Amino acid sequence: MLNDLIKGAKKYATTNPAAKKAGIPEGMYLQCPKCKKSIYKVDLKAQLGVCPHCSYYYPLSPRARIFAIVDKGSFNELDKEMMSVNPLDFPDYEKKLVNYIDKTDQKEAVITGTALIDGQETVIGVMDSRFMMGSMGSVVGEKLTRAIEYATSKKLPVIIFTASGGARMQEGIFSLMQMAKTSAALARHDENGLLYISVLTDPTTGGVTASFAMLGDIILAEPGALIGFAGPRVIEQTIKQKLPEGFQRAEFLLDHGMIDAIVKRPDMRETLACLLKLHQKEGK
Amino acid sequence: MEDIRERIDALGEAINQLSQLNETPEIANEITRLKAVVYKLEKKAGTLYDPWDKVKIARKIERPRAQFYINSIVTDFVELHGDRAFKDDKAIIGGIGKIDGHTVTIIVQNKGNTAKENIERNFGMPHPEGYRKALRLMKQAEKFSRPVVCLIDTPGAYCGIGAEERGQGEAIARNLLEMARLKVPIVSGIIGEGGSGGALALGVADRVFMQANTTYSILSPEGFASILWKDSNRAKEAAGIMKITARDLLEYGIIDDIVEEPVGGAHKEPLQAANALKEYIVSQLNELTQKDVHTLVEDRYERFRQYGAFYEEEL
Ligand SMILES: [Zn+2]
Repeated sequence: MLNDLIKGAKKYATTNPAAKKAGIPEGMYLQCPKCKKSIYKVDLKAQLGVCPHCSYYYPLSPRARIFAIVDKGSFNELDKEMMSVNPLDFPDYEKKLVNYIDKTDQKEAVITGTALIDGQETVIGVMDSRFMMGSMGSVVGEKLTRAIEYATSKKLPVIIFTASGGARMQEGIFSLMQMAKTSAALARHDENGLLYISVLTDPTTGGVTASFAMLGDIILAEPGALIGFAGPRVIEQTIKQKLPEGFQRAEFLLDHGMIDAIVKRPDMRETLACLLKLHQKEGK
Repeated sequence: MEDIRERIDALGEAINQLSQLNETPEIANEITRLKAVVYKLEKKAGTLYDPWDKVKIARKIERPRAQFYINSIVTDFVELHGDRAFKDDKAIIGGIGKIDGHTVTIIVQNKGNTAKENIERNFGMPHPEGYRKALRLMKQAEKFSRPVVCLIDTPGAYCGIGAEERGQGEAIARNLLEMARLKVPIVSGIIGEGGSGGALALGVADRVFMQANTTYSILSPEGFASILWKDSNRAKEAAGIMKITARDLLEYGIIDDIVEEPVGGAHKEPLQAANALKEYIVSQLNELTQKDVHTLVEDRYERFRQYGAFYEEEL
């Protein structure tokens, strides 16, 4: 029944993928949500989703992100058929999943695979904040864990781009356990002396922050990205006061010693390539 | 269920009134008789508790706290303070002591039994320095090859400015990673509320248990209801679908065992609850300390590795 539902959804999910791939709304022009100026869409694509007027960062779809980072044609996707089920029989969860599959042309909130970056082989995972707010359920946890385990067995580095509103509420305790599962896989990767770089993009919060996002040997972030454990609204409700400007933004975390560096989107590929090169073992 | 509860309440009121009268042998007898009836009714109710009943018992202010269990079941306890970086988080108590024959490091989240104690202990909600204290003591336990016992009782990690500034996410994440590979046995269990990552940060263990009337969840039923339905008043309904009780989580394999509580909840007979807890912990330590370290860590990895439900198309 459930599988039928998801299989049924796939028909719709593949109707018009090209227009959706870049994660940028349709039409010739669009209005920047930050500076309100209008942007020619072709320009926005060329700038990797960065507003040419005010440098606002549009969320990038995982495929657009991967396209911008890895060597052309080098990406090999892993576990691309994996989909969520409804372990707690949560009301309407399947319906929601189907909606997001249709809307994003993704089967879940993360894509994983192997790729070359400037000729250097790496395992890469990219989360999708558009898919149910990038929340982590069993599929996100399992795909990342498999990718990390694959990297450990092949002695490869891991790069994960995070973007998540936190736990997948509909999967309850199973969602919580993905934090332990991914962290345990990273522990083994770490023990093998292998490099893990996490790249935090807007937004990275909740269970993802409290697991693999903050466990990078090197933690990078995009400018302005919201990064925290508790979301700003929850904190405001708890402490009953307004949060200061810039709180939980990438610059704030850099200032507080929580991340290694902020890297602009157009410089990301080069920075990652350089870091990978600096970690190559002698004689390799 | 509702009328059982009404009868328990009515009898409780009767006992209350009788005990305010001048004590005579007849009155004393009547009180004993009524208490026996209440006990029977509570025992019957215990099998009928719905998840929200469990939430309420788990949160009772008079529920025995971790500090009580340390006092009752750990001998030669020496408390060790601080994370060596920022401060001593009083939501978490850590130290060394003996449980039966085993020298252990014990790390607990401690709520209070009064409003004043709760404020002192921040309602059992740790800041990053609490998790870092816990990690420091776990690494210390590993150095001296002693098992770690964790008692979990928290609504969740604290949400606040300082907690974010000092890296709440990083502190929890680091505990998950290090616990996954710690080279000594770990026994962890929920003795009240097990709320979100704040609970899991002490919960990556070889044996995970729950006392019978506790909850373990991704977040509080109130939080869940407010995120999903924008209405925290629907918490009872949320508790009903979240699968947060010991029995549910045993069924899913998230926990290994349920540690029984006295009839009506641990607060009814705290020492009896402590004895059951001690017996359970000792039996687990007896087993786990026989395992070689490699197998222990391997099995712990596999335990957490298997969690998750998903669908893959056959190729
Ligand atoms: Zn702009």
